[in-house]
Amino acid sequence: MSGTGEIRLGADIGGTFTDIALDLRGAIHSTKVLTNYAAPEQAILDGIGIVLEEAGIGWGEIDIVIHGTTLATNALIERRGARTALVTTEGFRDVIEMRTENRFEQYDLNIRLPEPLIPREDRFPVKGRIGAGGEELQPLDEAALEALAERIAAEGFGAVAIGFIHSYMNPAHEERAREILAARLDIPISISSEVSPQMREFERFNTVCANAYVRPQMADYLGRLQVRLKEMGADCPVFMIHSGGGLISVETASAFPVRLVESGPAGGAIFAADIAARFGLRKVLSYDMGGTTAKICLIEEFQPQTARSFEVARTYRFCKGSGMPISIPVIEMIEIGAGGGSLAWVDAMGRIQTGPESAGSEPGPACYQRGGTRPAITDADLVLGKLDPENFAGGKILLSVDEASAAIAREVGERLGLDGVAAAFGIVEVVDENMANAARVHAVENGKNVSDNVMIAFGGAAPLHAARLCEKLGIDRCLVPQGAGVGSAIGFLKAPFGYEALASQIAALSAFDAGAVNAMLDGLRETAEGFVRMGTTGEIRREVTAFMRYRGQGWEIPVPLPDRAFAADDRAMIETAFKERYARFFGRAVEGPEIEFVTWSVKAQDIRPAPARVALDADGEAKPAGAARAVFDPASGRALETAIVAREALAPRARVAGPAVIVERETATVVTSPFDAVIQPEGSILLVRKGA
Amino acid sequence: MAQIDEIRLQVMWNRLISVVEEQAMTLLRTAFSTSVREAGDLSAGVYNARGEMLAQAVTGTPGHVNTMAEAVGNFLAAIPRQEMFAGDTYVTNDPWLGTGHLHDITMVTPVFKGAELIGFFACTAHVVDVGGRGFGADGKSVYEEGIQIPIMKFAERGEVNAVLVQLLRANVREPNQVVGDFYSLAACNDVGKTRLLEMLDEIGLPNLETLGEFILSRTRKATLERIAALPKGSWSNDMLTDGYDDPIRIAASVTIGEDRVSVDFDGSSGISRWGINCPMIYTKAYACYAIKCVVAPDIPNNAASLAAFEVTSPVNVVNAVRPAPVSLRHVIGHMVPDVVLGALAQALPGQIQAEGAGALWNVHISARPVAGAEGRRAEVLMFNSGGMGARPTLDGLSATAFPSGVMTMPIEATEQTGPIVIWRKELRPDSGGDGAQRGGLGQVIEIAAAQGHEFEFSAMFDRVTEPPRGRDGGAPGARGVVELDDGTKMRPKGWQSVPAGRRLILKAPGGGGYGDPAERAPEARALDRRRGYVTDGKE
Repeated sequence: MSGTGEIRLGADIGGTFTDIALDLRGAIHSTKVLTNYAAPEQAILDGIGIVLEEAGIGWGEIDIVIHGTTLATNALIERRGARTALVTTEGFRDVIEMRTENRFEQYDLNIRLPEPLIPREDRFPVKGRIGAGGEELQPLDEAALEALAERIAAEGFGAVAIGFIHSYMNPAHEERAREILAARLDIPISISSEVSPQMREFERFNTVCANAYVRPQMADYLGRLQVRLKEMGADCPVFMIHSGGGLISVETASAFPVRLVESGPAGGAIFAADIAARFGLRKVLSYDMGGTTAKICLIEEFQPQTARSFEVARTYRFCKGSGMPISIPVIEMIEIGAGGGSLAWVDAMGRIQTGPESAGSEPGPACYQRGGTRPAITDADLVLGKLDPENFAGGKILLSVDEASAAIAREVGERLGLDGVAAAFGIVEVVDENMANAARVHAVENGKNVSDNVMIAFGGAAPLHAARLCEKLGIDRCLVPQGAGVGSAIGFLKAPFGYEALASQIAALSAFDAGAVNAMLDGLRETAEGFVRMGTTGEIRREVTAFMRYRGQGWEIPVPLPDRAFAADDRAMIETAFKERYARFFGRAVEGPEIEFVTWSVKAQDIRPAPARVALDADGEAKPAGAARAVFDPASGRALETAIVAREALAPRARVAGPAVIVERETATVVTSPFDAVIQPEGSILLVRKGA
Repeated sequence: MAQIDEIRLQVMWNRLISVVEEQAMTLLRTAFSTSVREAGDLSAGVYNARGEMLAQAVTGTPGHVNTMAEAVGNFLAAIPRQEMFAGDTYVTNDPWLGTGHLHDITMVTPVFKGAELIGFFACTAHVVDVGGRGFGADGKSVYEEGIQIPIMKFAERGEVNAVLVQLLRANVREPNQVVGDFYSLAACNDVGKTRLLEMLDEIGLPNLETLGEFILSRTRKATLERIAALPKGSWSNDMLTDGYDDPIRIAASVTIGEDRVSVDFDGSSGISRWGINCPMIYTKAYACYAIKCVVAPDIPNNAASLAAFEVTSPVNVVNAVRPAPVSLRHVIGHMVPDVVLGALAQALPGQIQAEGAGALWNVHISARPVAGAEGRRAEVLMFNSGGMGARPTLDGLSATAFPSGVMTMPIEATEQTGPIVIWRKELRPDSGGDGAQRGGLGQVIEIAAAQGHEFEFSAMFDRVTEPPRGRDGGAPGARGVVELDDGTKMRPKGWQSVPAGRRLILKAPGGGGYGDPAERAPEARALDRRRGYVTDGKE
């Protein structure tokens, strides 16, 4: 599997659709089929059948299947996992229930905290304690574990999670406990020092619980999928895309299914990263807007930004803190409740608000005429003239401007004394502003400024809003790639075999022990490469990162370090590297406080063939405009006569002056008045600011 | 077209909130103080040129946010306009002018657009040390509680006041962390300032006047509509809290008028000899918070929403005057919402939750090696919460901070900061008050020094003699307990020592129940037993 000439197939199971993309020597064949909740593998097989027929090849010719799925995420959201026992340190039975002891909403006195994944009666404390330095403070109570094994067996649990305090410093107790239980139980056992060896007990315990909880179901499903593929004649390896954006084997995924959470969005980020690499764009903001949410991710040097934890299953208006934390390496993105189906309403101050409540696909926005009466973003886009009512989704859905206008007037216009167009503009401005604000705050959290980035916009609703978002963010260029509708599945095809291994080891820089660090890093290298070697024999690239901070701070910053054995005199080099990073994040380094290491990471991935470079064409040749209709232009604050152009009618180098709308089967790209659009050699649309 | 202006102003209001979120996020990322970085004990906001708060970050705790809203006016009164320059940053920790005790540092930064002063950014954070006796109730006056920084310049025209930094370094136990936090506070205001100027340039507004007036007028109107819908009249309530050596009464009468809600604390106990007194600014913050939760929870906090609430008191424990000791003002201040809610419960029967643990069960630990042994010295602060009162239709939240908005720290992080071992931190069975809805459970914490160490701790615990009361027939929550593992009772307030080898045991109170226990659903009772929330004494 060296990568050249092989036939890769990507399958992305999402909440509504299962997307299939086939890369046949550079030609992409793709399809969308409805997700089958009862038998998810069936939708995949159906979709593969369609693309194979279109491509004219047989099942046996597929070299590799790459799969990503929201099934693990859904199992966590819908609480459809196995009955799981948590074995934990005595005195800490309620860590996953007590959470952070705060209220995620200050003024609403009737909030409900999310129920812990594992209820209290299924959490079993055991004596034995590791200290903050990794030393044993109290021996593990092995006799109690033996008795506990019998109880777990008798009560019919389907999985076990083990989470002990400070196990990221010393996993000995967790490993011994697993050994004792495994000798007596025939159910999968997950331990926190393997699933998520990071400091902070609530996050780590919750992560191991989530892993154990979805493990039987995911192992089952992945087994079935492999069997069915084989039956169809596709006797090729299956790899899974993980939340960090790399590929892992099905065996690894079955043991660590929590790593599959958020794998679909990760595919979207890889899709954008691949386009960034193709055009040589070093700083990119990827913007994916679908039916219910928008996701924004920063991509530098063709690599999506990664983080070590995130929150899933938010229960209260997407509010931070209302979900559950998962601490695993993940492509970092911010997700907000802003999609084409997000509903608009008016609050007590007479302010227009949008989302996170969504009209979904049933009943859908009012303009779908399927019984939806409340206005969604799509309704407002339609009223502003951004969508062609007779040509939506390739003409499959006839949109009603009257229904959209009526819903907007009823819920927003009449309450604020705004006419229909102004109310629709208000709705769209508010959702665009919310997305812009999310992007800004996300950038600040990462010490970045987005205005010098290029935006890559995909997902059904993104091209309608991208130009205005660029105006708000001060971004001059935005690419709308082809195949944007199945971006994640195409992204899977580009994913490297990759794995990131982490270990928390808190130590002062002044006490830098090169030998100990080298030994620990060697272990991480071995772990990370071991996973990658399951998929490839090719060349592997590694990145070593130390997560560091000033002693006393609670937030660590990633400091990239050379991938080699360290010597004692590397201390000064590391100090300089930290201070430079710190200054980049927060303006200036601080003199005085001690610097410390918190977590180390080794990321290994195989080197994917670089996509053929394409130069960005920001000039093009002006194309005279054809038909026109009135479309509301946000910067001018009024409707302008706007050219309407079919995307397939535009050849490379064509330059369309804004305001214009470039329409295609699944969506439309709105070119606002400050922008022009230039068609790229491979068919992407580049929005470029006039005069920039 | 006026309609478009309306929409643009709405959108800019959102942007302004995003600007203060960025400001708060910067502070959260750079702060040294554990209470800020892990517990979110901070606040950030933007003000117009007259010092009226226009927006605040949703991150932040009411004790800071609402006090800071008023504190900025005090800065304006202290520093004449002609002495304000671009690049300035002002600071204070004055409990009466800032946020209630010396540990909170408030910084205010003026924003100039050209030569015009257009507004201010302010932020507050609890720093790890301010010298004096440390974070505790034992000071006899504010002079014993640490270094006092009157309203003054931390930086003038971008130049940091080196003399202030030098004095500060000499007066606090953890100079690097404290000075680091001063810089973090100033930096976060600078981030806000930069973003605000970018925003004004983008939309072509010369200053904050138009947007500010839009925000305040909308908020005022919405708040007044809510008040108009309330029943009119006066209702009184009082509550006995432990106090330090004598119980302290907090009494409040709440009056709902046509266009305002007023609270008066006449009848409350006099100033305490101990550092649990509240300056008025802090009492006001929490009284307003309680009213707002009931009257207008969805209306943003700003000068206009706060202006409709009026808080008064003669000089007493909730309106303590200089030089009263105020270090632990939260112990009394955190009880204020329950007192106000109790009065509002008479106006709005069936709508108001029962009393809860109220004050956080924070513990400040000072650990050191035992005589003759090698080891570490360290100051460790833990934030812990008891149970919340039951709600009219829902059980109380267990081990959850109310009214404070802070988070607890992971014990794995706490143990990294000093030579202590936390042997237990889990829910406290049987502590929630019985009722149709059960009060939230408190929690049990066991702390020992690491091998070869001993520690002293500053106790600041309430609801040890006076439990949280139930409402409408609900039973009280369990009282708090402070003791050693050999059964020795400890005092609930003041510095005390724990010998090497002994464990300190803290049992934080549970919340009060709501409604007649006979009406509790049998399934809810069965679940309580299965989960061990209620054990019938078997645990």
